[in-house]
Amino acid sequence: MRLGKTLGAAALLALGTGLAQAQDFRIGLQEDPDVLDPDQSRTFVGRIVYASLCDKLVDITPDLEIIPMLATGWEWSEDGTELTMTLRDDVVFHDGTPFNAEAVAANIDRSKNLETSRRKSEVRSIESWEVVDEFTIKITLAAPDATLIAQFADRSGMMLSPTAFEAAGEDFGLAPVCAGPFKFVERIQQDRIVLEKFADYYRADEIGFDSVTFLPIPDTTVRLANLRAGDLDMLERLAATDVASAEGDEGLQVEKATSLGYQGMTINVGNGPRAENPLGSSKLVRQALSLSIDRAALNQVVFEGAFAPGNQPFSPASPWYNADFPVPERDVEAAKALLAEAGHADGITIEVQVANNPVQTQVMQVIQAMAGEAGITIELAAKEFATLLADQSAGEYTASQVGWSGRVDPDGNIHQFMTTGGGINDSKYSNPDMDTFLNEARLSTDPALRKESYDAAVALQQEDMPIVYLYHPVWIWALDDSVSGFTPYPDGMIRLHGVSQSN
Amino acid sequence: MSAVVDPHAAAADPVLPKRQSRAWAKFRKSPSALLGGVIVVFFVAVALLAPVLPVPGPADTDWSAVRKAPSAAHPFGTDEIGRDVLSRMIWGAQASLLAGVVSVLIAVALGVPLGVLAGYRKGWTDAAISRVTEALLAAPFLILAIALAAFLGPSLQNAMIAIGISAMPVFIRLARGQTLSVMTEDYAESARAVGVGHLALIRRYILPNIFPPILVQATLTIATAIIAEASLSFLGLGQQPPAPSWGSMLNIAKNFLEQAPWMALYPGIAIFLVVLGFNLLGDGLRDALDPRDT
Amino acid sequence: MPGFLARRVLIALPTIFLISVFVFALQHLLPGDPVLVMAGEERDPEVIEALREKYRLNDPIPVQYLAWAGNALQGDLGISLRTNQPVLELIGEKLPVTIQLAVMALIIALVIGIPAGVISAYKKGTWIDWIANLVALSGLSVPNFWLGIMLILLVSVKLGWLPASGYLPLSEDPLQSIRTMLMPAFVLGTALAATLMRHTRSAMLSVLRSDYVRTARAKGLKEKTVLVKHALRNALVPVVTVTTLLFGELLAGAVLTEQIFTIPGFGKLVVDAVFNRDYAVVQGIVLCTGIAFIFMNILADAAYRVLNPRMRDT
Repeated sequence: MRLGKTLGAAALLALGTGLAQAQDFRIGLQEDPDVLDPDQSRTFVGRIVYASLCDKLVDITPDLEIIPMLATGWEWSEDGTELTMTLRDDVVFHDGTPFNAEAVAANIDRSKNLETSRRKSEVRSIESWEVVDEFTIKITLAAPDATLIAQFADRSGMMLSPTAFEAAGEDFGLAPVCAGPFKFVERIQQDRIVLEKFADYYRADEIGFDSVTFLPIPDTTVRLANLRAGDLDMLERLAATDVASAEGDEGLQVEKATSLGYQGMTINVGNGPRAENPLGSSKLVRQALSLSIDRAALNQVVFEGAFAPGNQPFSPASPWYNADFPVPERDVEAAKALLAEAGHADGITIEVQVANNPVQTQVMQVIQAMAGEAGITIELAAKEFATLLADQSAGEYTASQVGWSGRVDPDGNIHQFMTTGGGINDSKYSNPDMDTFLNEARLSTDPALRKESYDAAVALQQEDMPIVYLYHPVWIWALDDSVSGFTPYPDGMIRLHGVSQSN
Repeated sequence: MSAVVDPHAAAADPVLPKRQSRAWAKFRKSPSALLGGVIVVFFVAVALLAPVLPVPGPADTDWSAVRKAPSAAHPFGTDEIGRDVLSRMIWGAQASLLAGVVSVLIAVALGVPLGVLAGYRKGWTDAAISRVTEALLAAPFLILAIALAAFLGPSLQNAMIAIGISAMPVFIRLARGQTLSVMTEDYAESARAVGVGHLALIRRYILPNIFPPILVQATLTIATAIIAEASLSFLGLGQQPPAPSWGSMLNIAKNFLEQAPWMALYPGIAIFLVVLGFNLLGDGLRDALDPRDT
Repeated sequence: MPGFLARRVLIALPTIFLISVFVFALQHLLPGDPVLVMAGEERDPEVIEALREKYRLNDPIPVQYLAWAGNALQGDLGISLRTNQPVLELIGEKLPVTIQLAVMALIIALVIGIPAGVISAYKKGTWIDWIANLVALSGLSVPNFWLGIMLILLVSVKLGWLPASGYLPLSEDPLQSIRTMLMPAFVLGTALAATLMRHTRSAMLSVLRSDYVRTARAKGLKEKTVLVKHALRNALVPVVTVTTLLFGELLAGAVLTEQIFTIPGFGKLVVDAVFNRDYAVVQGIVLCTGIAFIFMNILADAAYRVLNPRMRDT
């Protein structure tokens, strides 16, 4: 099996070098994806591969509107507990299995019930489903959940071939079969993932390459060097400090989009005994910390102004941003006053844990210098990522510099972090008003109503400040100048529809 | 009994003082050895004098001077958040040299006694120690250091411990081999025959004789340890920010090779020079102390 | 000889056992939870528990070790927690890569190191010797990850001669495969060349002083014959043993070089596995490299005994 694939790839490469027409598009990734099974996968780069491998029920526009993909349309019932979706009738999976409502039903079942499924929390609200006719499916929810459609724009909505996953079970990821523009050829861990064009794709005319190869190259300098040397056609996550150089390079083009995510400092306010310290017990001290930081300068020094300063879970460019609370200017005097009010006029010392990679440690060193001037002495504890996660989860920290990659639906950026008992609420923040706002926001599909709830939630956050938001990363792609048609999306995905390369 | 020659008198080896002065003379004559010595002394001096040298603090940031080229105010330029590179180089010397010396001290302090024990006692003790040594050697050095540093938590101290433990097997082997060969010498055998105690034997015969090769190996291992610390820093283990070490400075600098090459140039040169210095010194010591060389 | 080999293999068994226990214990003492890392950003407690049960991570450590050892003896080294791929398969994928890198590096090292050592021994004390020594020491003194990056910038970006990273199996395209490996092999090889040169030099020096070389010279043989036929042949004995040992180290130690050049070999796999707490992978790799190293050791000892009859008494 493996030999066949290797020979197939070799033939492809031979063809590629022999004939100018067979085009391979090479994308440089920052990390190696984990298991290639949308129901079990948990990495960001995995999603980039899926953008070419697995189509979803719905997709988004660069402005975050939800549009049809494998589904042609959807309708909510009056009370918001029933979602009826109509599906395309011209789609077939890579192995020939036809795509229809039965297939969708099987997929939902897998996301909910596969033992090692990581999508369970995303589809928790689904109670039951019914195949109405060949291309219509009705999904019944336990309670209204406005976030479900947005979930279907990501891994939960990716449709896998039931024939394939029924045969392979948990090993589906070793040879994934989906319905996207490219189908799986081979994967060599930490070396490459190769996909080839799927001839029966329902939008095959939008695809300009015969194959796509994903090459994980963790070092940003080396990745850029590869692009410049012509061994890559594009790369994701260009270092912010390389932007000036890449923009000045005639052979390259640079594209950007503000990410849906954020980076901040999560503060332990109730997670075990270590929460009992000035920072964890007093919101005034947390506000002081936030005021001591010059977010614009931070952005300038570490990212050369390329990223976006932030103070809320949503970026200032997002429609969900609460305009009543703009990104604050640094105010050392006010910070000192707040500290004094909290009874710490002589200043405090706190430990902040941070992942030991160059960028995040730079960020924290800058913050350390800034906060020091306001009387907040920061000691840094750089930890390996695995240790960082474990300590954060267990409450073994005072403050932790972590981020979140962001979700299309605003709920995904705040609910699990701020609600009592939320799945990723490592600060163990608990405020019944916050719970009310966030749970309410899930019930209605009316954006105006939801915005009211999120505005209230953000206002409360500015008071209690369990997370000090710092900035929103900007996805930066660098492409060879022969590539055209690329559209930057805030979810960081590389969609190859409409992309082509002139030789 | 009085007719027996006092073995302790013979143990005050008359050869030793002459050998030392001969070694020193040979050392002095070799230009590369002297060069090595000078380099090492220079960097040690810089490291020791760090607190009193007239440079800004190594953690003093200056937003307006981020990644500025070398100038009068900053002879080696500034780094990615506006700190003076020269200052960080000087303080970094402390970290790198400390990493080198302390790791080797750990390796010697642990390895030599074990090696001597193995060579002296032989039998099961030797077998057990040799198997453990082999096991340690078989685990790739950097992997071992990474795993240990991850286990203990990333910091300079833990990196030193990790490197020290990983470098230990060489000294065990060396000490063991030297001990074995000393024990086959006539003077050692006769000393044993007249009943010289174990500790005295080790102290008077074995230690002085194994000292030269251990010294040579230690000097060379310091060079390896300094590079090992740089490697660990490259992976994010080792000296943690904001304290400087040449390895971590290089790690950051590689992202700015185009924009700020001086950030990489000076730490790179420094590591190279120091390691070269220790290597030259070690070689010089080996040539000087080698009894076979006439 | 067969007796000697059998004895050495037997002695090696407890060492292998020690290695496996040591690495197993170390990994499980590491802070950080592989399941948390595996669970990724959204840490659903249900899923975490399910994963723990599935991979028997709740069992006491000795039980886990016995389970692993039992499977290992039957040839099953478990699966990677990260991608569900069997460890044995992973090793099968990565081993040829690292071997190719090691062989190429060794060839470069031999080609540079041995002649350099011979020349410098022959011209001992002259400026040639001095320069050769300095260059060799420089090779040892530059951190190899540093050299790698500089080479990429110069050779790949500025000059465009060689690809900056990646890997092609020899079976697919031999020429391209060698091209992708050339820079990393050079980086590794030059460090080795330095060590080889020094060993060759010191071996040659002691041989050149020896009686049979003096005799050969006294007999009036041409200098070149003396050098190659007599001196070099005898000097190569310790060099061969050092080479076999170095090969073992190469197999295991190309960690940083593989990171920089993104060569998907052993070193990179192990480092990533340690950081991801991918226990089974680290176990499997360290076991394999441990066995390889011990095998190399035995080979070196055997070679030395064959080449030097005087050693047989020890």
